[in-house]
Amino acid sequence: MPLGLTKKILNESVLTDSFDRRSFALGLGGLSVGMLLAGRMGYLAIAEDDKYAVESESNRVNLTLIPPRRGWILDRNGAPLASNQADFRVDIIPERLQDRVREIDTLGKLLGLDEAKMRDLHAKIDESAGYAPIEVASGLDYDKFAAVSIRLPELPGVVPQRGFSRYYPTGPSVGHLIGYVGAASREEFEADRNPLLITPGYKIGKDGLEKQFEQTLRGKPGARRVEVTASGRIVRDLSTRPDVQGDPIKLTIDGPLQDYAARRLGLESGSVVVMDCRSGDLLCMASMPSFDPNSFSDGIGSVEYAMLSENDRVPLRNKVLKGLYPPGSTVKPMHAMAFMHEGIDPNESIICGGGRRIGNRFFNCWSNHGRVDMAKGIYQSCDSYFYHFAQKVGFDKVADYARRFGLGQEFDLPVASQFYGTVPDPAWKLKKYDQQWQPYDTVNASIGQGYYLASPLQLAVMATRIATGRHFEPALIKTDKPKPAPSLDFKPDQIAYIRKAMSDVVNGPGTAGRARLPIENVLIAGKTGTAQVVSLSISNGKTGPWKYRDHGLFIFFAPFDNPRYAGAVVIEHGGGSGAAYPIARDVMTFMFDPQKGLDALTALEKEWGGTAQERLQRRYAEYARAAGEAVPASPPADREIQARVDAEARLEAQRSEAFARKNPRRVRRPEEPDRPASGDNQQAPAGDAE
Amino acid sequence: MNSVIPAPVANQPWSMLIPLTLLTCFGSAVLYSAAGGSFSPFASTHLLRFAIFMVVALIIASMPRDFAKFVAYPAYVVVLILLLGVEAMGAVGGGSQRWLEVGPIRIQPSELMKPTVALALARFYDTLPTGMFSSWRALLPAGVIIVMPALLVLMQPDLGTALAIVFSGAVVMFLAGLPMSWFLGAGAAAAVAVPLAYNFALKPYQQRRVTTFLDPESDPLGSGYHIPQSKIAIGSGGFTGKGFNEGSQSHLQYLPEPHTDFVFATMAEEWGFLGGVFVLVCFGLILYWGLKVARNANNRFDRLLAAGMVATMFFYIAINLMMVMGMAPVVGIPLPFMSHGGSSMMTNMLCLGALMMINRWTTQGRGGGLLSN
Repeated sequence: MPLGLTKKILNESVLTDSFDRRSFALGLGGLSVGMLLAGRMGYLAIAEDDKYAVESESNRVNLTLIPPRRGWILDRNGAPLASNQADFRVDIIPERLQDRVREIDTLGKLLGLDEAKMRDLHAKIDESAGYAPIEVASGLDYDKFAAVSIRLPELPGVVPQRGFSRYYPTGPSVGHLIGYVGAASREEFEADRNPLLITPGYKIGKDGLEKQFEQTLRGKPGARRVEVTASGRIVRDLSTRPDVQGDPIKLTIDGPLQDYAARRLGLESGSVVVMDCRSGDLLCMASMPSFDPNSFSDGIGSVEYAMLSENDRVPLRNKVLKGLYPPGSTVKPMHAMAFMHEGIDPNESIICGGGRRIGNRFFNCWSNHGRVDMAKGIYQSCDSYFYHFAQKVGFDKVADYARRFGLGQEFDLPVASQFYGTVPDPAWKLKKYDQQWQPYDTVNASIGQGYYLASPLQLAVMATRIATGRHFEPALIKTDKPKPAPSLDFKPDQIAYIRKAMSDVVNGPGTAGRARLPIENVLIAGKTGTAQVVSLSISNGKTGPWKYRDHGLFIFFAPFDNPRYAGAVVIEHGGGSGAAYPIARDVMTFMFDPQKGLDALTALEKEWGGTAQERLQRRYAEYARAAGEAVPASPPADREIQARVDAEARLEAQRSEAFARKNPRRVRRPEEPDRPASGDNQQAPAGDAE
Repeated sequence: MNSVIPAPVANQPWSMLIPLTLLTCFGSAVLYSAAGGSFSPFASTHLLRFAIFMVVALIIASMPRDFAKFVAYPAYVVVLILLLGVEAMGAVGGGSQRWLEVGPIRIQPSELMKPTVALALARFYDTLPTGMFSSWRALLPAGVIIVMPALLVLMQPDLGTALAIVFSGAVVMFLAGLPMSWFLGAGAAAAVAVPLAYNFALKPYQQRRVTTFLDPESDPLGSGYHIPQSKIAIGSGGFTGKGFNEGSQSHLQYLPEPHTDFVFATMAEEWGFLGGVFVLVCFGLILYWGLKVARNANNRFDRLLAAGMVATMFFYIAINLMMVMGMAPVVGIPLPFMSHGGSSMMTNMLCLGALMMINRWTTQGRGGGLLSN
């Protein structure tokens, strides 16, 4: 039968034939689909097995970084200025939140967060990068921590963990020096791209030494491999690699002295710098008022931040490095040394008639000193003497000495920035103002006024170099090999002359009799300075509005004939040097007789209403109340660690030293790093300053 | 040929029943693992349903041809009314649903419709005079029989089942002997209509399924999540699999629907390529037996009904396996005898029951006697 499409007679047998042919074709089609599926199966399971096995494994296994414990920051004796405290904490990762409002509400209820905290939290989420964790609360007690942990399945994006928070035992005393830590900002993460930075609980150094030594202190993160479900629930731990704690850094700072000096500054706004005259070590760099780095470490609240930034005494500025003041009469001993080196006989004297004529103008002295030689010029702080001899030597030469003694200099220190101020000279003036140097410029500069500007650190370096006659470089990091201190090329009798004159400032007929140390056989030498802030037509500089009062300055060293310590105290708007030298006196007293120093401080703190930390906390509470906010509980103080580094620790150390001398085999070891991680299934290992 | 095995037992189509039973038991093992190593809730109900529907299939297998012919149109109408009922319930209850609840049982009429359409079409071509097979009369009523339920199912919306109905209907029409040129024309028309349908007939979520099928990585955590995870499960199984109860993709819930639509991926992860080949061979044997029943059948009704049943089952199997291996969009069709679910078990056992019924008619009608094989 012909098989034409056009002429096909349909009958049962044709249809049956068609069925046979077509069903055979469909059967073949089905078979080929089956072969195709078998081939595809083989391709996926055999050819691409490796690729998919890896993907399956990366589904199953979740790697979480364990933030490394930060290295401790130690003082010169190994006592911790910054340590770590075991801590229960809760973070959130904003981009993993599914229902933000509900989850934050739930968290708020579980953790008992008040309205201000909730507002802060929402604000932080709004401005966050999404992937970076935000701290909700830390320092939690176990019950709250457990309450959150249990409800995790309904709180995606919430990360409770056992971790560590940075602890600064002496709080505000070291705020500016050490800085603080905090969660990495978006900019910091984009600059570094280290996944550790966005690991919940990890904090990087934000300021001060914490920032400068970030890489040293950081350590190596541990890792925890866990089996997780698709929804992120942890099924079991697979393995844990412990973290490696960051290296400690050891400072030249003397912890108890730092605390003492900071607290002794009391209600004033100012700084104290003390250096070791044998090595150039910076023993103390106190700047007050300050902030409590512990509250930054926990994520500072907006209210507390507002309080700090509104304060006209700028608690957020490190005045040791970034406070610049006219050095005033504190430069006089240094200028005197310059004169000597330029050949002026110290016994050559002038007559101060309440001032002196320089060129064709008469310049006032602050008093009428009569006959004045170099020593009297220093201990009586006679301006006329310096007008005269600066003019005689030429100020461009004097300025060279000023720079050699550290003024206008930047030092090789691990700090983010230091202001180096101004040592004016003719070349500088021409460059800066396009004007010729005038005799009145010499007059002003010769007594540390005019364009002269110096930081407390520079003043302390100057004091050290005057006291020793050597070029000591300030050092902040303790090393075994101090930098060499070449001689400044002064004869011993020249140095002795200045030492004696400066001793007479305090112990002789000088301007700072009240600075005398209450200790037998230890005489302090110093030089007062007063820096006028506004012209006498606005204020007399001693009373009246705070911001118009003169700055009070004092440089010092002790003992005067064999200097051990040197330093500088600057009190902003202290109303004159009378605000500065009692502090220098007490600080030096503390170094030679801690008990006497502490007695003085205790009496004062009773008057002021507590230690700096206590006052700061109280002020914050008042401020917060005025702003209508509740105050969060301050982080718990760790008395045991505190007792190793606060001012009172010095007494304890003395006592145990005496004890050790009597019982030589039982010596206390002050250094004791965080215990290493144990391989248990905690998010972060236990141990560390618990 | 005498045998020690009694005739009623020997007469059963063992070449289908053995692979079927093996496959179902293997399915239970996979479901046992998918439940986290537990018989309940999946494996136990799976075996129970298999037993119940096996009895139903044997009852169907004993029906006479006249009854099957008699019941064809009434059954079609009843199921169509049930489908309308689903639509009505959906309209009243607000929102889409696919089933009706009658007392303790849940009926999914769209599932019942798949074999019923084949039955109605077989009956229709059975009564159609041979001379009319190339006229519009062969096409139009059959088209109505297919399109009415397909549209209702599409409105539920359930694209997979609608396609299954159209597919088995089309296979019956093709095998009935309608002119080849019509199918070629229809194929060309479909090539034009598919893009139009994509744009106008599909719901957005259905459109997304199609687009993510074409580019699964475009939406890795959305609807494109299923296929990559399924491929990971199958691919990571390797040649011999990760071992019974050791599948991480299914146990840690990376695999969506590990006990229903993606049961093959669950199986492949634990049993590997060997498990996959075993499943394919079992399905191949079952379908081959079904095709043989159709080709050996004595008359047009038997042939077309049997072929429709085979086509229905084939569509289930092929589309599901292509879907889990990333060769078809996610359409929500379970794998017969392995996926957990009563409706699919019912439909496929109805199909097998019908095939056993036709097989019985054929072997008895040959007059070869009760003992012949």
